[in-house]
Amino acid sequence: MIVPLEHILILAALLFFLGLGGLLAWRTNLIMMLVCIEVMLNAVMLVFVGGSTQWGNADGQIFAIFIMALTSSEVSLALAMVVYLHRRKRTVNTDLFSEMKG
Amino acid sequence: MEQIIFYILAAVAVIGTVLAISEKHPVHAILYLVTSLFAVAVVFYLLMAPLVAVFEVILYAGAIMVLFLFVIMMLDLGHPEKGFSPHWREWLPALLLSLVSIASLVMVIVSRHSQLAVPAAQSIPIREVSRRLFQGHGVAVELISLQLLFALVGALYLGKQQASSPGLPPSSAPERVSGSEEKSP
Repeated sequence: MIVPLEHILILAALLFFLGLGGLLAWRTNLIMMLVCIEVMLNAVMLVFVGGSTQWGNADGQIFAIFIMALTSSEVSLALAMVVYLHRRKRTVNTDLFSEMKG
Repeated sequence: MEQIIFYILAAVAVIGTVLAISEKHPVHAILYLVTSLFAVAVVFYLLMAPLVAVFEVILYAGAIMVLFLFVIMMLDLGHPEKGFSPHWREWLPALLLSLVSIASLVMVIVSRHSQLAVPAAQSIPIREVSRRLFQGHGVAVELISLQLLFALVGALYLGKQQASSPGLPPSSAPERVSGSEEKSP
């Protein structure tokens, strides 16, 4: 451990809330919403790895790897859905996908 | 020395993320985010987690971001004038909420002086990590592999062309008919 755990937690909190603010601000664009979700998950991984290093336990790194696999499957499904929605309405604006009947 | 590198990398990661979420052009945003992810990967390496650092570069910066770039270029979304970039009135509540959350969390972290000593730099070898992964968390590995399989099947289903989905009669889906008419020429 090179720095105290608090500094890593502060860095992860900054990244997480930047992602959250971006998600709230870009709520009309599907692609940027997914990008901001990536930022948030990355910050969560930073917390896991920091805890793993602090207590010398390998489980944090293992959970970070799980989050990575989860993120890749989530992104592949979400981008396939973006392609599908774009094929239907020629846009990625989330306000236009407001009715369920399609 | 390593502390200085950590703080520089933290600054690079935060500034890269700020630029990524405030950039109007989606391709530029992805490239800024790749920079931020590289910085975080080096932070992982400094935190004695080389396996996670390598996976971060390979999977996040290498695969997921390239997938984003591929979709943006395939759907031709790289036009910020057509895009739906948020107005400053939409940035205001998001920034306010984020700042309140960041300030409260930082105050909690700083005010609670923990007795956690900075432990000695001991690296967990990859052999230990992988043994722990496959011996202690075998069910979770199986579940993650099943989830990847489901994502593959779902992506294949969603990515199929619409001509092969005869579920709905065309009269009940007007926008689908108009979409296919736009697509056909």
